[in-house]
Amino acid sequence: MTNPTPDPKPTMNLKTNYLGLELKNPLIVGASPFPDDLDKVRALEDAGIAAITMYSLFEEQITQNIVGAEAHIGSYENSFSEAASYFPDVNVLERDADVYLDQIQRVKESVSVPVIASLNGTREGAWVEYAALMESAGADALELNLYFLPTDMEESAAQLEDRCIRIVETIKAHITLPLAVKLSPFFTALPHFAKRLAAAGAGSLVCFNRFYQPDIDTDALDIRPALELSHSTELRLRLRWLAFLSGRIDTQLAVSGGVHTGLDVAKALMAGADVVQAVSSLLINGPGHAADLLEELNRWIEEKEYNSLEDLRGCMNYLRCPDPEALERANYMRLLKSWRV
Amino acid sequence: MKSLKIPPSIGLLDANDAVASVAYRASEVIAIYPITPSSGMAEACDEWAAAGRPNIWSDVPEVVQLQSEAGVAGAIHGSLQAGALCTTFTASQGLLLMIPNMYKIAGELTPFCMHVSARALATHALSIFGDHSDVMACRQTGFAMLASNTVQEAQDLALIAHAATLKCRLPFMHFFDGFRTSHEINKIELIDDSVLTAMLDTAAIHRIRENSLSPDHPTIRGTAQNPDVFFQAREASNPFYDVCADQVEAEMVKFGELTGRHYALYEYEGAADAEDLIIMMGSGAETAAETAAYLNAQGRRTGVLKIRLFRPLELKRLVAALPKTVRRIAVLDRCKEPGALGEPLLVEIMASIEEARQSGLLPDSFCPMVIGGRYGLGSKDFTPAMAKAVYDALVQERPKRRFTVGIMDDVTGLSLSVEADFDLEKSGVIRAVFFGLGSDGTVGANKNSVKIIGEGTDNFAQGYFVYDSKKSGAVTISHLRFGPERIRAPYLIKNAGFVACHQAQFLEQYDVLEYAAPGGVFLLNSIYPAETVWSHMPRTVQATILERTLQFYVIDAYSVAREAGMGGRINTIMQTCFFAISGVLPKAAAIAKIKEAIEKTYGKKGPEIVQKNFDAVDQTLAALKQVTVPAEADSLIELPPVVPAEAPDFVQRVTAVMLQNKGDALPVSVFRPDGVWAVGTSQWEKRNIAQEIPIWDPEVCIQCNKCVQACPHAAIRSNFYDADALVDAPECFRSTEFKVRDFAGKQFTIQVAPEDCTGCSLCVAVCPAKNKANPREKAINMRMQAPLLEAERANYNFFLGLPKPDRATLKDDVKFTQFKEPLFEYSGACAGCGETPYLKMLTQICGDRLIMANATGCSSIYGGNLPTTPYTCNSEGRGPAWANSLFEDNAEFGLGIRVAVDQQVAMARRLLPIVLEGQQPALVQALLSADQSTEAGIAEQRSRVEQLKEYLRSASGPQVERLLDLADYLVEKSVWIVGGDGWAYDIGFGGVDHVLASGRNVNILVLDTEVYSNTGGQASKSTPIGAIAKFTASGKATGKKDLGLVAMNYGNVYVARVALGAKDTQTVNAIYEAMRHPGPSLIIAYSHCIAHGYNLASGFEQQKLAVDTRTWPLYRYDPARADAGENPFRLDSRKPKLPLYTYTDNEARFRMLKMKDPERAKELGKAAQHFVDEHFATYERMARPYETTLPGADD
Repeated sequence: MTNPTPDPKPTMNLKTNYLGLELKNPLIVGASPFPDDLDKVRALEDAGIAAITMYSLFEEQITQNIVGAEAHIGSYENSFSEAASYFPDVNVLERDADVYLDQIQRVKESVSVPVIASLNGTREGAWVEYAALMESAGADALELNLYFLPTDMEESAAQLEDRCIRIVETIKAHITLPLAVKLSPFFTALPHFAKRLAAAGAGSLVCFNRFYQPDIDTDALDIRPALELSHSTELRLRLRWLAFLSGRIDTQLAVSGGVHTGLDVAKALMAGADVVQAVSSLLINGPGHAADLLEELNRWIEEKEYNSLEDLRGCMNYLRCPDPEALERANYMRLLKSWRV
Repeated sequence: MKSLKIPPSIGLLDANDAVASVAYRASEVIAIYPITPSSGMAEACDEWAAAGRPNIWSDVPEVVQLQSEAGVAGAIHGSLQAGALCTTFTASQGLLLMIPNMYKIAGELTPFCMHVSARALATHALSIFGDHSDVMACRQTGFAMLASNTVQEAQDLALIAHAATLKCRLPFMHFFDGFRTSHEINKIELIDDSVLTAMLDTAAIHRIRENSLSPDHPTIRGTAQNPDVFFQAREASNPFYDVCADQVEAEMVKFGELTGRHYALYEYEGAADAEDLIIMMGSGAETAAETAAYLNAQGRRTGVLKIRLFRPLELKRLVAALPKTVRRIAVLDRCKEPGALGEPLLVEIMASIEEARQSGLLPDSFCPMVIGGRYGLGSKDFTPAMAKAVYDALVQERPKRRFTVGIMDDVTGLSLSVEADFDLEKSGVIRAVFFGLGSDGTVGANKNSVKIIGEGTDNFAQGYFVYDSKKSGAVTISHLRFGPERIRAPYLIKNAGFVACHQAQFLEQYDVLEYAAPGGVFLLNSIYPAETVWSHMPRTVQATILERTLQFYVIDAYSVAREAGMGGRINTIMQTCFFAISGVLPKAAAIAKIKEAIEKTYGKKGPEIVQKNFDAVDQTLAALKQVTVPAEADSLIELPPVVPAEAPDFVQRVTAVMLQNKGDALPVSVFRPDGVWAVGTSQWEKRNIAQEIPIWDPEVCIQCNKCVQACPHAAIRSNFYDADALVDAPECFRSTEFKVRDFAGKQFTIQVAPEDCTGCSLCVAVCPAKNKANPREKAINMRMQAPLLEAERANYNFFLGLPKPDRATLKDDVKFTQFKEPLFEYSGACAGCGETPYLKMLTQICGDRLIMANATGCSSIYGGNLPTTPYTCNSEGRGPAWANSLFEDNAEFGLGIRVAVDQQVAMARRLLPIVLEGQQPALVQALLSADQSTEAGIAEQRSRVEQLKEYLRSASGPQVERLLDLADYLVEKSVWIVGGDGWAYDIGFGGVDHVLASGRNVNILVLDTEVYSNTGGQASKSTPIGAIAKFTASGKATGKKDLGLVAMNYGNVYVARVALGAKDTQTVNAIYEAMRHPGPSLIIAYSHCIAHGYNLASGFEQQKLAVDTRTWPLYRYDPARADAGENPFRLDSRKPKLPLYTYTDNEARFRMLKMKDPERAKELGKAAQHFVDEHFATYERMARPYETTLPGADD
């Protein structure tokens, strides 16, 4: 374990309670590839990051790897005189989930900040039992990523929401850890659904998932997976919904997507986020960038002479902001007007 | 994965695992090399060592892989000299390679124990199966030889051998029957560590250390001795041989005390007053003993003497074990020593009896008749009926003095007649036979059933599995016995109370129900329900069901599998059916056991998988139905002919019989005595194994021929032809205008061979043309085979009859090469094989003048494993001449072929002007100076040779006949030496190197899969860093050998590294350039393989990634360019550069290490990237253009 270096110029107490965890500040790493590299994880902690979210263990990883191994390795076994098999110890291929659990342990051993495990899936099924395994592996909290595109013509919005609620309930039944639920912004009635999630046991809502939007390759007539990092502009969608939910719902809130500067962090807090997740900016600038974000945040707070984080948090939410209509439909109207010159 | 736990007292395992467990725990150094059927022992040891399992001294044995068995023997010799306890495992040719060191090890009285799963030696043909040819070839080395007959014995005698060698200092070869014992799963009592500790003498180990090679007490060994002392010094070891038997016996006694299992050196079993005796070694002795017991119960007086210690043969105990009432003895040998008075055991027994009489150990009156016979060569089953035939022969008035049993010898009349129906199966034993496909998991499920019942109940269990010779769509037959008593029946089941056919199509191909006992249960997996299935079965099958009053059950297992979310795997479903209706356990208990086993097997894989399997079990029970069998066999379905009526006579008489699984019935007379076999017989075996086949869409096609090129089985072909050839075309035959200007007006077709396609879909994957309106569709698309079969069969037959273009008009490029007829077709290679497209292309380019030397391995198995042969000939009767010598000698074998061809060319050229004596001077001149570098040149030379032959046939003179014999050599022959990386990088490397250095015009094609594919994926020196393979279970730490660089060193060798899936033009060019290069050439061809662990439909994409990540750079080194003052080295792949993981992450062989040991994976991943970067940098440096200014130009 490394000794974290002191936070850069701690001018104000940024301590934050998130999911029952005592965090030294509200900046945490969102689900990202960082936890795969223990050196980077340590560097993040050194730069002041308050908690680490693991990359997601996908439902498909748990189930499909086994199906694939069966189809492309298992089907060749025991079918030829000279070779009953073609690999030593094939069972390790079923260890995708175990590797993940092992990595939780390793990350835990490497840093002293809390570690939040992440589980990604949308079907009901026995895979949710992995939540319990993550808990035993030492995770301090769990983030469930309900990442999906509703492509089923037969499933209504209500049915889909019900399914999500049942998954949350099932997972809650398997764990004693606090649970965050990461959402997409595309729910028809997000506030209502958010309320139901809170009732089902979500301790925090993470707003929002970023959908990787595949592109069309016009030469190859193919779909190209596109993985683009976020921009600060993406924060705005989050800010708006945070502002709507903040103070009106019985869960904590986290923001994810578009946090690139200290000012972005500040905005997210002002909109009502309890914690702020950063990923893209750290991938672009390296783990050390976390220190820059915190330093900028501190400087801004100092400049604006906020006395506590609580004064700042949610000050621009729907309930408290000076012009709530600007957050709603009127926002659109005003913009159009302004364009008329 | 092998169990790391301390073994429980009871285990269900095969002899390979049982023996390995003892050898591993009793050893400090283990040297290994893969060879069937011993590989399992080496693999187990490597896995245990990788997992840190200790031996009985709490150390992890050092397991080291060598480049050949000769290397293993050398390494073992060294380790023994340096004072370590060593073991190794081998068989057959591998054992032969160890012989020189075996003399040394024995001559130096070195304690050592090796384990051999005895296997046939290659003679007229290769056989991977069991007999004693290999061990008998070592009987003169000075090793002690100990034979085991059963799985239990193999485990026990393994320890006795390890213990005895310490005591008596003679090295031991412990052996047991390959496959029959090495691969038979049986319920045995396991040996605990404490027994090993008690048996392995500490004082003896101390002596070994004292005697070891060490500068602290220096000695010199391996001196050269002269006529004055060699003889005496050789005799100095005699006393050790004299007492060996005593010591082995003492160890057997001690072992008996420790375990309650008692063995004797020579063990008699049978009537105390036996008159008729069989003497033999190995598993067959058990069959003979059971038969003797049966005969004795019938009033005969028979017995069997089992020989365990064959070397040193101990006369006193041997004759003491003989009942003195014996009047007639048959000695059975499982080997053949042509030209000898008799086979080795027979000769030993005859000599022993005479010796015993002369030395007074036996009375002069003891003069039994002794006859000898051969049995069981190449795993020919040895049944009670055969044992009875031997006992019956003994009491004939004038028995054959030498005989064979188990075959029909209608040439020399040596064979005994055997009662076909005689059987010794005991009541109370459940016997079950299962027909499955290799890929449907039948064998795996049956191994599991044997374990469930053997471990979970008091029952004994036995499992033995028979595979066919194909690597794709292989048929498996499982033979399972369960019963309350120890199962001693080392032979196949003939009368099964339960027969399962897991694939309905087998009913039309094999006599599945020949295994069914009257009143038994027959289970069929069929898409038809119980109500209608009867009418969908062949009439002969119906008749057998009625005749044998079988209870008939049916299930649609694939439907159940789909519904239960198990994809295409029906193993659990069929296993559940077996448990439910075979009566092996009460039904409820049986189902509970299955679920328990599922929990155990899949528990680690996660709750989802367990639930899925539980659901499958429940759904199976609901879907399994008994069929009400009608009173009559009224089906209109007759069995189709095995091969079509137009197949040649040999195929009708021989191949067809073998294809029906009835080859055992073929008599000696049908075979050529020199091993030569008919070529081109795979075309008569219509396997129909593809569920989906590719269908061509002429509208979308851009006529690139890449699909044809990619097909591993030559099951897609293309042709262009005149439109009037289509006159009699079937209605649905597809054709379109050929879009090549030079051939304007021609029609073009791509056609699938619907019954030969394996459904791998590589062709679809490589098709570059997409349907613009529906890009999911390409110019060929996979469609269900069944509804298209009839039409496509007619289309293909018509296609084959279309006129073929003149080869001389076809360009040497990717597209036009594929219009040349492939002379390698429909092999038994895996679906999606990465090797065979290269071979097919080779036969297209030069098949009609190709001689191939093929190293043993995958390519020799799909190239030459019977029943059918894929190398074929063109309409003129020309085609590849193919031969396999051995694994280790292939380069030399090919060189020998080249030298002989060259010599005959030289002889023909010398004779030509002499014989023609000034006649036809223009022809002579043209024949001698012909340019044969092009197809046209070759065609012209062929016609000149015909003219010459015609002239010679009417001429006379002393040398005319001789020139006529040699005339065909005036057309150039292309000699290709082909094999895998195990051969080229490891065992055959010395030969490859020497042949490359010879300067002779040979071409070496290395089909590089980066592992020993045929024996099950063991690491070779071609295996890349970070890959997991057998023998490198913790991930390979060293880089792949750069074989190309080695070859380039010589300067005059043409070298190319190719990957068909990445850059086919480069591959085609390389083959042409290599063929035309007048000296040696080497092509290293990337070959994707099932041992890489991914969907092989992506094989060519992975090849591209291998090139784009620069782990497989493409290059050609052409000495001809150097002659022209250019850089001979050309790097054919430069960009783009992708990180290595984009390639490695797609393959299980690399991903496994991440799962197993992420830190090591990361470390090796970095090392691998570094290795790739360094190598590529070297190639880039090598590829820089030469200075344009010649040295000295300034002067």
